[in-house]
Parts: sequence; structure tokens; C-alpha cells
Amino acid sequence: MIPSLEPPRPVLGSVLLGAFLLFLFAPLLVVAVFAFNDAGYPAPPWRGFVLDWFIGNAARGRVGLLQDEALLGSIATSAVVALWVATLSVTLGTAAAWLLERMHFAGKSLLAALLLVPLVIPGVILGVSLLSLASGIAQVADERWGLDLDFLRPGLPLVICGQVSFMAAIATLTIAARLKRLDPGLEEAARDLGAGPWTGFRTIVLPYLRPTLVASAVVAFLMSFENFNTTLLLSGSDPPLTVFLYGRMREGATPVVNAVSLLLMLASALAAVLTRRRTPRP
Amino acid sequence: MKAGSGGRYLGLVLLLAPVLVWLLGLIVIPQVDLAYQSLQERGSSGERALSLAQYRGFFEESQYWRSYLRTALMSLLATACTLLIAFPVAWHVAKVARGRVRLWMMVALLVPFWASETVRSLGWMLLLRESGVLPQWLAAAGLVAEAPELLYHDATILTGLVYTSLLFMVVPLIGVFETLDDALLEASYDLGGNRWSTLWHIVVPHAAPGIAAGCIVVFMLAVGNYLTPTLLGGNSAHWFTEVIYDQFIVRSNWEQGAAFGLLLLVLSSAVVWVALALTGQRLGQVLRRT
Repeated sequence: MIPSLEPPRPVLGSVLLGAFLLFLFAPLLVVAVFAFNDAGYPAPPWRGFVLDWFIGNAARGRVGLLQDEALLGSIATSAVVALWVATLSVTLGTAAAWLLERMHFAGKSLLAALLLVPLVIPGVILGVSLLSLASGIAQVADERWGLDLDFLRPGLPLVICGQVSFMAAIATLTIAARLKRLDPGLEEAARDLGAGPWTGFRTIVLPYLRPTLVASAVVAFLMSFENFNTTLLLSGSDPPLTVFLYGRMREGATPVVNAVSLLLMLASALAAVLTRRRTPRP
Repeated sequence: MKAGSGGRYLGLVLLLAPVLVWLLGLIVIPQVDLAYQSLQERGSSGERALSLAQYRGFFEESQYWRSYLRTALMSLLATACTLLIAFPVAWHVAKVARGRVRLWMMVALLVPFWASETVRSLGWMLLLRESGVLPQWLAAAGLVAEAPELLYHDATILTGLVYTSLLFMVVPLIGVFETLDDALLEASYDLGGNRWSTLWHIVVPHAAPGIAAGCIVVFMLAVGNYLTPTLLGGNSAHWFTEVIYDQFIVRSNWEQGAAFGLLLLVLSSAVVWVALALTGQRLGQVLRRT
């Protein structure tokens, strides 16, 4: 508390704080509450508590989350994409961080600048430009050589590329920041004691970086799962969850969308809490 | 490169190759290609020629540049609103709240970000649409005769944008407030300053880097957003990303879409550049703050 500040006005303060908390939580609360409402649409009035939107099946007249094949399929698609994105982002991020913090070469400052570029390009533009380039290449390959390069058409490979293009940059920033704080003397000591560069990396650097790598992977996984702007244009006939939900929401959603949203919130909250606990404090 | 470091050289190549494939293949070449595409014009028989027709189309068709200006102004407005809300909140967390209250406030700020933007938009839709919670309550309480439609207004879009980017403003602000020495505030009051003069002469100058960092990120997120404006603004959103998407998907006019994409990139980069120049910061520092 700063002593000479004018005395705070407790009533006004509490009212403002309450209003702010309401602003933060009201949207999430209605999503959660209407996942359990006994009605075909997520809106008041409240008609009673049911679990139909989770476990209902066609025989009961309501297809719940667990029976909704298309929805479950899009969750699986998202999970596959997110695994690839997390793996690739952390691998590329580690390589780039190592280049920035431990290597000396001509053009390093250019590389450092280039690594920030993905973070200032709007996600929609990343998607649009990648789609345009890939389709162009696919078209040329088809016309000139009769090749059918399916992976360059909208679909999962392009979604993964689009998401990696900026998430690897986020991973680079995080990993480089951690690597900066590792005393290079430790690696030198390992080499003085006869360790090769690989052994030094494996026994000194990797254990030191591991918490950061895990945290970066979790963040990349969650961000991939939730990404919409880049994914929208790049996804084809098997859309990931967010694009699928967007389609349902525009059509006028049933509470199944609430049910899956609630599970998503709980899952990412759990992941966030678990990684927060493991992340070392700076 | 030091002599006798052949292994190091190999290591450099092995590390550099994938990073360059990523940066050139997924970022640089697609952007250059986008710029090239935007300078093409398709003739009647499908042949292509270099031209500025796509950009001319942007300026001649008022619905395009109107949407562009609208997106820029609304994004600036959203950034300003986010700053106005985030400032006292961050101040409270950094300087007033202590111990458990502080911890819980941080958790409360983080919770909405455990939900995806899709879920957050769904929440606002359920709250605000005509059959939704708030209008129905207003009608039931007798405050209005009929449940009003609260979706599809500009204010709704702003609310959604502020909500979705709040954390990106609060985090850098907490960062700069924490490094502000309380003794400076004391001194300001001792020298006869009041709340406002202290805020203006002490707090704001000290917080400028954090304010700039937050504003840059929030503006970029708003200008490039698609989900929140289309879901909360419906057909009246006229957000520029929607115009781009429309050219690519609905009209299959990719050259026009490429030109629009590039114009959005220019807008976003220009604002970032101005904000950096105004506060004398470098991009790297800004991105590390958030």
C-alpha cells in the first residue's frame, strides 16, 4: 500500500471490481450453464438439469457430444494437428534459439530480425499467403508435369504449416530467453572433462531446458487447438474443431456446442495449471 | 568461423537448414508471392499481365476502402478501450492488491484465456442475442417492453475485441508498474501533486514502454481478427478480414484478395512502426514483454 495515496473509496472500488469480474466470467458461465439445460437451444428459460448434451443418443432424440461422430472427428483432427504443431514448433524453436544464443555467423542479426516477422503478420494473412502459394505450385505441377500434389491443396498439411509458421517463432523467443540464462561455462566444463558437443548438450543443456521445452510444447498444443484465423482458410474437407464449431455456431448451435466448449475450457485449464506448476520461475 | 571447427560448421548448417526452410518457405516466399499476385490482372482469355488494377479496384469501390477504414478505426477504438480498462486493473494488481487477493486476481484474469476465442464468442452470443440471457432478463424485469437485440452492433464487436485481448494489455502494464518506485509517487504528492498530475507526470511516462507494447499487440490482434467481428457483428461487421476471405473463397478472385491481404499487412505494420517510433522501442523488446 502506498501510504500517501488519497484514501481509497472501498464501496466504489468493490463495485468496480465486481463489475469487472462479472465482465470476465459472465460469458464463460453462460456457456457452462446452458450445456446442462433441458432445451434444444442454448437460451433461457431454464428448463431443468440434463446430461443429454453430453451422453444423449439418437434413440433419446438428442445427439450428445459422445455420439456426435462429426464433432468427435473434428476433435481428433485438432489433436493430430496440435501434436504435429507442438513437435515441429519446439524442434524449430530450439534450433533457432541455439543459433541465436550459441552460434556466431554472418547474417545472424538478419536472422534475429526475420524471426520476429511471423509475429507481426496477422494470422489471416499468414493463411491467405500460404494458401495462395501452395495452390499456385500445385497448379503449375499439375499443368506442366501432370503431378497431383494433394498435400498442397487445403487440408491438414497446410493447416500444420500455417500454424507452425508463427508458433515456432513464439517457441524461439521462450527457449532463447531460457538459454540466455544458462552459463556457457558449464558446457565448456563438460567439454574440458572430455565430453563431445553432443554429450555436452545431452547432459547439460537438455536437462536445463527441459521444463521450458515442455511448457513451450504445451502452449503450442493449446494454441494450435484454439487457432482459428490461420486455420480457417487452410482447412479442407476435414476441419479442425474450431472451424467446425464456427460452422455450427453460424447455423444456430444446439447445446452440444456448449458441452464441448465446457470440456475444452476444463481441459485447457487443467493443462495450464499443470504446466504452471512445473515451469521454473525466472 | 574459427579454424579447425569443421564439426561446428556442420552443426551450423544442420541447425540453419530447417530454420531457413521455415522462415523462407512459410513466411518470406508466401508474402513475396502475395505481393506478386496482387500485381496481376487476368485478361478475358485467362492470360495474366502486370497491372495495378487490383489496387485501383480497392480505391474505386467504396465498400472496400470503407471497410478498410472502418476496421482501422474500430481497432484503434478497441485498443483505446482495452487500455482504459486494463490500466486500473493492472495498477490494482501491481500496486494495491497483496498476497492472496493479488494471486486470485491474476487467476481471474487468466481464466478467460483458458477458453478458446470461439468459446468466448459463443458466451457473448448467448448473453446478448435477442433470445439470450441479458435481453430476456431486461424484459422480465420490466425495464424494456420487448427483449432488445444486443448482438450485431458496433459496441458488441468492441466488447468482444476488448474481452479477447485484455490479457495482452494487462500483462505488460503489470510489468512496468512493478518497476515503478513507490518513492516517486510519494515525492510527487509531497511536492503538491494530486492524483491526476501524478498519473500524468510520473506514472504514464514510466509506463510508456508497457503501454506501447500492449497497444501494439492488441491493435494487431484486432485488425487481423475474423472470428469475433463476424460472430458478434454478423452481416453488419464489414471487417476487412471478411472482405479478404470473401475474395478468396466466395468470389475466387485471388488477385484481388492478395491485394487486400497486402493492404491489411501494410496497415498493421504501419501502426506497429508508428507506435515503436513514438516510444523509441525496438520490436524485439516489445514482443518479449507480452
